[in-house]
Amino acid sequence: MSKYTFPLLMAILAAIGALAFFLGGNHIVLLHPRGAIAARELQLMETAVQLMLLVVVPVFILTFGIAWHYRAENTRARYLPNWDHNVMEEAVWWIVPMIIIVVLAVLTWRSTHQLDPYRAIDASTPPLTIQVVALDWKWLFLYPAQGIATVNYLEIPEHTPIDFEITADAPMNGFWIPQLGGQIMAMPGMVTHLHLIADGPGTYLGLSSNFSGAGFAGMQFSVQATTTSAFTSWATRTAHATTTLDFPTYQALARPSAHNPPTFYALSDIHLYTKIVMQFMASSSPVR
Amino acid sequence: MFGKLTFAAVEQGPIVLVAQLFILFGAVAVIGLLTYFKRWRWLWKEWLTSLDAKKIGVMYIIVALVMLFRGFTDAAMMRTQQALSVGASHGFLEPHHFEQVFTAHGVIMIFFVAMPLMFGLLNLVVPLQIGTRDVAFPFLNSLSFWLFVAGASLAMLSLVIGQFAATGWLAYPPLSELAYSPGVGVDYYIWSLQISGIGTLLAGINFVVTILKKRAPGMTLMRMPIFVWTALASMMLVVVSFPVLTATLGLLFLDRFGAMHFFTSSFGGNMMMYVNLIWTWGHPEVYILVLPAFGVFSEVVSTFSQKRLFGYTSMVGATMAITILSFVVWLHHFFTMGAGADVNSFFGIMTMIIAIPTGVKVFNWLFTMYRGRVLFKTPLLWFLGFVALFTVGGMAGVLLAVPGADFELHNSLFLVAHFHTMIISGVLFGDFAALTYWFPKIFGFRLNEVWGRRAFWGWVVGFMLAFIPLYILGFMGATRRLDHYPAGLGWHPLFIVAAIGVVVLALGGLFQVVQFIKSIRERAQTMDTTGDPWNARTLEWSVSSPAPFYNFARIPHVHSRDAFWEAKHEKIDLAENEPYTDIHLPKNTGMGIYIAATALVFGFAMVWQIMWLVVLTGIALVVLPVIRSFDEDLEYTIPAAEVARLDAAHASTI
Repeated sequence: MSKYTFPLLMAILAAIGALAFFLGGNHIVLLHPRGAIAARELQLMETAVQLMLLVVVPVFILTFGIAWHYRAENTRARYLPNWDHNVMEEAVWWIVPMIIIVVLAVLTWRSTHQLDPYRAIDASTPPLTIQVVALDWKWLFLYPAQGIATVNYLEIPEHTPIDFEITADAPMNGFWIPQLGGQIMAMPGMVTHLHLIADGPGTYLGLSSNFSGAGFAGMQFSVQATTTSAFTSWATRTAHATTTLDFPTYQALARPSAHNPPTFYALSDIHLYTKIVMQFMASSSPVR
Repeated sequence: MFGKLTFAAVEQGPIVLVAQLFILFGAVAVIGLLTYFKRWRWLWKEWLTSLDAKKIGVMYIIVALVMLFRGFTDAAMMRTQQALSVGASHGFLEPHHFEQVFTAHGVIMIFFVAMPLMFGLLNLVVPLQIGTRDVAFPFLNSLSFWLFVAGASLAMLSLVIGQFAATGWLAYPPLSELAYSPGVGVDYYIWSLQISGIGTLLAGINFVVTILKKRAPGMTLMRMPIFVWTALASMMLVVVSFPVLTATLGLLFLDRFGAMHFFTSSFGGNMMMYVNLIWTWGHPEVYILVLPAFGVFSEVVSTFSQKRLFGYTSMVGATMAITILSFVVWLHHFFTMGAGADVNSFFGIMTMIIAIPTGVKVFNWLFTMYRGRVLFKTPLLWFLGFVALFTVGGMAGVLLAVPGADFELHNSLFLVAHFHTMIISGVLFGDFAALTYWFPKIFGFRLNEVWGRRAFWGWVVGFMLAFIPLYILGFMGATRRLDHYPAGLGWHPLFIVAAIGVVVLALGGLFQVVQFIKSIRERAQTMDTTGDPWNARTLEWSVSSPAPFYNFARIPHVHSRDAFWEAKHEKIDLAENEPYTDIHLPKNTGMGIYIAATALVFGFAMVWQIMWLVVLTGIALVVLPVIRSFDEDLEYTIPAAEVARLDAAHASTI
């Protein structure tokens, strides 16, 4: 019976894997990238997995074959209790993984530089800057060029590189839109950068990846990618919003609150972002 | 008078009340039983004050298993919450409570389950394997254990009085700073880890010295059993990395208590410094846990293949390579914090390099089985489960080591699934294999095979059901630590499968309890009268089972790697017919308990800022070790004649 242990393990692993994959269905969003960065990150994962399978598949086959053939009942198998090293064989499993890791290392070096979140995306369209502030517990998006601001809602034009400048006025958060590409941390008093692009219109999930306190689960927002003209008209309409955002109204907004619905503001202070970041630098800043 | 402590600290709603009552009833039941059976004296003299490494090892493991129950309960609560709390439903846990549960789960599983299981094993096995009677510093060993108990007790106390940290198990600032966590939760976190951390550091020093200085004559470094090698590597990592943890938590304490600004958002504090420091400790910590488990698998595979370990030198080289590399990979825990591409690439590549020695180990284990006679006993089943799962988890790990891929996977449930695969299949399965393997050496009888097998399948299938959905959920954008999520994301079915997995895991645990009870009741049939129930290879199997309190009547002489295997095949006397001599062993002492109890009160007083008590216990913590240092009457002697008599009694039973 016991000789079936390993094949049985493999079968259960495959069955549960297939079940989970089936239950995930169309919702496995990382497999459906909608932006160039996410697409390249997915491709990178696929390449890395293929390289690793070069070692992992032989390991599984060897484990299965050796455990089966050399089971104690099989007295026909060779038994050499003192055979304990072989330079050639050991060299093989030092060197083969080394070669694979060298290939993977080159791939890592290149891809890490190409997919550096700080690197601007080459595109014919000029980039759009959006300033992101993680608050307790909602996301504030400032569009300085458009003079607008939103909470828990992000609208972006398709095929346009988006230059996210990210900070927090709260504990650390992670800014992540899975279908557009990888995440970066949001930290108070600091600015991090992330460049993403949407390849077409659609509604995507955005969320915080780093736990930040009681309202963390509600820090999800919807990302609406639209045509450039639709984006422009949306921005113009929002700029005429009745509520305006300046530093005092921001300070009221920054107080802890959870599960905030999407809200739209006309941005009356275009230096708001700098003020948010710099409040941690000033000598009069609150102790935090 | 009582600092911040008020009666309100114990009133926390119905769910906590149940836990409080559970702890209370548990304590009353234990005290009642001990009193009823008049076992207090026995417990105190035979166990609590004992300096015998084997007994300390058993106590480590018992406490760890109790804490495993607590940590598992936390996990079950989290997965139940996530299976329920979707869309309009908000489950049964408030966010504030959920946060404490996942923080406690992480802290308890790493510090108060995985660490003590490993230390328990080291205490049971290392002195016996290197042919010595005790560790280098027996009193320090007892103190280490009791400091760990004090740390774990303080963490448990937070459930009854006050609250635990609600920050995640590494308490990243600024969330863990006073501005965002004004309660006592983070203080409980800091002090329970500081107290147990000191114990860990002392234990680390103790075992490094033991392994380097107390080996039997003839046992050169390259003749040490591979488990001892991995223990040495792990303990060197403890010695180098735990001071970093102590310092980091010390700085966080100064921020909170002394209004300093090491890691705050404002006044020049830098939270990224904390993240770097904590992972400078945190990454080696992973290897502190997993290296001894690798050692266990090496022993188990070799014994149950009835063949020498393949590629011993390679194994030692791989172990040392992992030891060193584990210190230069910490940044892979936060590629997303904004370091440049050069830095990220460097740490990504260093991380992948660790896959090479790890892979070498796997191949060496496989080739130990090759041309062997493989017996599929329970410990070997744990090994096969480990190979299947660890390989999958390792692939996920290499994927996370590629920064470009990590940007899409970091802090998602994919990451959670990855490290649980490594820790459960690597560390926990290793510990289970070890407990089954060495159980007869400690208690004199073998564990029940049938229920051991059932437990294995419960754990493996439960693990796959609980964690494979998490890999997929990570690809669906699900992040860790969510107490609620919207219905439209399609996550719900997978969370339900994961919750079912928890039930199956619980069955696995239940089977282990049954296995244990059944084994005790049927011990007459599995009694090990030979001292060598598995036809094994290393020195611990040369003595009777259970091992005598003095370990070796005469110290063995070692001429090769598998010294006992050789001795029994060539029928030579390991002690080379030397005469019996007097044996000196350390006397029992309660000082370890006194110091640790004082440390517990000190920690409690620090948490609640009861300053007079801090001063009082602080002074006591200096005075008590000084008192101990003046104690000259530390050993007792077993005369040579008595040793000879005991040894002859053992020989006659074989």
